[in-house]
Amino acid sequence: MSSYLDAADQAVEHALALGARYADARVMDRRTESMSARNGAVEALDQGETVGIGVRALVGSSWGFFATPHLDASSVRAAGRQAVEIARASSRVPGPASMIPADPEVGSWASGCEVDPLEVPLSDKGDLLTSATAVMRDQGADIATGVYQIWDTRKWFVSSEGHRIDQHIRECGGGISATAVGDRETQVRSYPSRRGQYGTRGWELVTELDLAAHAARIAEEAQALLRAPQCPSGQTTLILGGEQLALQIHESVGHAIELDRILGWEAAYAGTSWLDLDQLGSLRYGSELMNIVIDATYPGALGSFGYDDEGTKAGKRDAVRNGIWTGVLAGRESAAVAGLDYGGSVRSMDWSRLPIVRMTNVGLEPGPHTLDEIIAATDDGVFMDLNRSWSIDDKRLNFQFGCEVGYEVKNGKLGRMVKNPTYTGIGPTFWQSMDMLSNEIVPWGTPNCGKGQPGQVGHTGHPAAPARFQNVRVGVRG
Amino acid sequence: MSPDTGARTETAERVLEAARTAVGGSADVDVTVEHEHLALTRFANSYIHQNVASDTDTITLRIHADGRTAVNATTVTDDAGLAALVERTVAAVRLSPADPGWAGLSSRAPMPVPSAEPDLATGGAGPEARAEQVKAYVDAVGDLTAAGFYRNRLVVTAYANSEGQALHGTVVEAAIDGIAKTASSDGASRQASRRMSDLNGAALGARAAAKALASQDPVEIEPGEYEVVLEPTAVSDVLWVLGGYGFNGKSLTEGTSFVRLGEQQFDPSVSLVDDPLSGPAAGALFDAEGTPRDRLELVRDGVTRAVAHDRRSAREAGVTSTGHAGADSAVEGAEPINVRLEPAVDVTPTEVEGPAADSSVQALVAQVRRGLLVTDHWYTRCLDPRRLVMTGLTRNGVWLIENGEITRPVKNLRFTQSYPEALAPGRVLGIGTHAPAFASKYGAYSAMAPALRLAGWNFTGGASG
Repeated sequence: MSSYLDAADQAVEHALALGARYADARVMDRRTESMSARNGAVEALDQGETVGIGVRALVGSSWGFFATPHLDASSVRAAGRQAVEIARASSRVPGPASMIPADPEVGSWASGCEVDPLEVPLSDKGDLLTSATAVMRDQGADIATGVYQIWDTRKWFVSSEGHRIDQHIRECGGGISATAVGDRETQVRSYPSRRGQYGTRGWELVTELDLAAHAARIAEEAQALLRAPQCPSGQTTLILGGEQLALQIHESVGHAIELDRILGWEAAYAGTSWLDLDQLGSLRYGSELMNIVIDATYPGALGSFGYDDEGTKAGKRDAVRNGIWTGVLAGRESAAVAGLDYGGSVRSMDWSRLPIVRMTNVGLEPGPHTLDEIIAATDDGVFMDLNRSWSIDDKRLNFQFGCEVGYEVKNGKLGRMVKNPTYTGIGPTFWQSMDMLSNEIVPWGTPNCGKGQPGQVGHTGHPAAPARFQNVRVGVRG
Repeated sequence: MSPDTGARTETAERVLEAARTAVGGSADVDVTVEHEHLALTRFANSYIHQNVASDTDTITLRIHADGRTAVNATTVTDDAGLAALVERTVAAVRLSPADPGWAGLSSRAPMPVPSAEPDLATGGAGPEARAEQVKAYVDAVGDLTAAGFYRNRLVVTAYANSEGQALHGTVVEAAIDGIAKTASSDGASRQASRRMSDLNGAALGARAAAKALASQDPVEIEPGEYEVVLEPTAVSDVLWVLGGYGFNGKSLTEGTSFVRLGEQQFDPSVSLVDDPLSGPAAGALFDAEGTPRDRLELVRDGVTRAVAHDRRSAREAGVTSTGHAGADSAVEGAEPINVRLEPAVDVTPTEVEGPAADSSVQALVAQVRRGLLVTDHWYTRCLDPRRLVMTGLTRNGVWLIENGEITRPVKNLRFTQSYPEALAPGRVLGIGTHAPAFASKYGAYSAMAPALRLAGWNFTGGASG
């Protein structure tokens, strides 16, 4: 829609006229829909439309950002002016600010979508959730929930360097959960995970999940967990399912390699990183099996796009190769401060928020095994699957995760189900203990990554597969 | 900054009328018009690196007709945008699945009277004023590294429904939240208020610096159960967790909350209220369903008295709404959002030498034979809501206390602890004499939290794992 590009142009031009040495503007138009069902009935249907412009201006060495939902000529020029005024105020406490050079990209991009999720009848989508939650309830779930979410985002980006980009990104996904309530505990089983599965795809993603087919099983397993013994406590061999490993990657690799954290820009809130740029290219992060790739071009994954929110074309880059730390998630500004020559990982939640360094798709390359082979090769250990809780320190070193379900592994076979499986450790020690990795990669989507102030919720992707780790402390309880 | 409540009220009534006309019959309809001015100046490495402001107008229309409900929101507020909002919502409610949990609209009822009018100058403070507060904080940190933010926020809300309920209100908040850093330590300080003039960037920066200097070169200690003094900053996390998981009406009905109404679940020294009316962290006086929100006594003398409800959870529980509906409460349940743990007595504290936040904290430290002083909690997550077992870490300064004296800094620890069990009868050894206000990092929540001296806190891991 050229009028939106024109609006962005006007904002940028006005910021330049008032003294900005660089300015960019993003118009975003996002339609959303979500539905939640509980125990066989819909409990919430929310639809939304949010449209507006965010303008970023660099004056001297100080930044300003202003956002408004009003896109008439007067309002967008005022937004450009206010971004400049805010930047001038920033110079009261000045610091360095520059950007690495960039080609002025001009282009369009759209994510793949076979079935437009907003065009699927509400009644069909409602039936999917109500029927699945009714089945779980019938099979003994005390609380049976189901959810889907849809985001349909169009954005137009213009910069004072000549960028003119428009994108159309459609994302959706969903999942179901069964909760069993005991005397002093609750147990949960979910499919395909507690958060669900999400991607930059159409409704075909949800159809392929076949939620109804898994409803009875997870309800029965939630009840079985109430009767199961506690996960044993101690040091042992740990096998993680792919979804849990996706969150392990997100928390202990993805956030740790964010350059804004490494530079201290998130020190007071999200935290810093244990990584030191002097060790980029030489630090051993994990075992030889650990190959982590930053890939915004991964088809259908939740962190995919054509261009980031600074106009950098999507690309693919190593973060860890053969266990050695080799790359970071960066933007044009953070890269300039760090002396690096690449950005490409800056995004904002919507038009009202400043673009910041964000994970795209950060995931593992496949290993040589299958999960069955990993279990068969394990004499004594625990298999844990599907994330239930997560906590990690502000340097992204000391973590503790809880999973929904565990199984003892004895003599190459899965044994008893165990409840409240937790494990804890220190990032590099943990990753260096990875000695088996599956080839069964799934690009898990995380739709709820919090970062930034004011707060922003980001969508990230994490290709991951089951893997085995040695000498891990499990069974931490309070 | 004018709140312009008249224009927003008129918009709410106009959309309400258009929706009633479009959907026809005896449909339930309500409209919320919200304007938010949010401005946040963020600093790191002792300079302003991000500085943002936004003005957002959001119209939310909810229709319940023929047993079905749809909610639709837009930021497009011109005539065409509002007409499209009505059209989309009417279409959705005709196609959406049945909603048997619908609890009707709020009836006409007045709002309670707040203790003070909103300070519009605070809500509309410009970038120069924010920069001054940041500069004061950074200057006070001196040679250490400063990071954090100054934020001011103004929210104007107008609500109208087809039962004749019509309300409007304005909420203003300002907050400073920062740290000082050395090569081996951090120190934090933060404060929120309805008035910018209550905030003192210089004093808060100096406090963060004192903490950072006092926590350099920390030693690692063995995990285990320790007596603790939790500073107000850490206690605010405890209050938000108790509120979100426990004093949540939906969670109670479903059996996932620890709450047992009428029972002595907490130490007799514990009294907890949700109070939007008074204090520096007061909040909205009506909720997303147009229900007035008054003071709600959650715990009195250790006995659990009440939980928060929206209309949906109240109907299921057979009680009335407490005015705690939010955007997500139909799914997540209603929760208290302006929680205050009543201090033993309320005395204005003084600054003290060393790492304790103030004289109120220092007085509790003096009573401890051996224990830990904890500044902050970080990344707390629930392992099981039934006992409300949380895991998380300490942050921004921990010290060993020996014979009433702070003797040395220690490295951060991981804990795995049931929060209500930590506050159970006999486990609360002291409550501070001052409850400063804090703004949640995650949303428009506040807490007023005095320091707590607790008999035990279960630390399950050290810095090295």
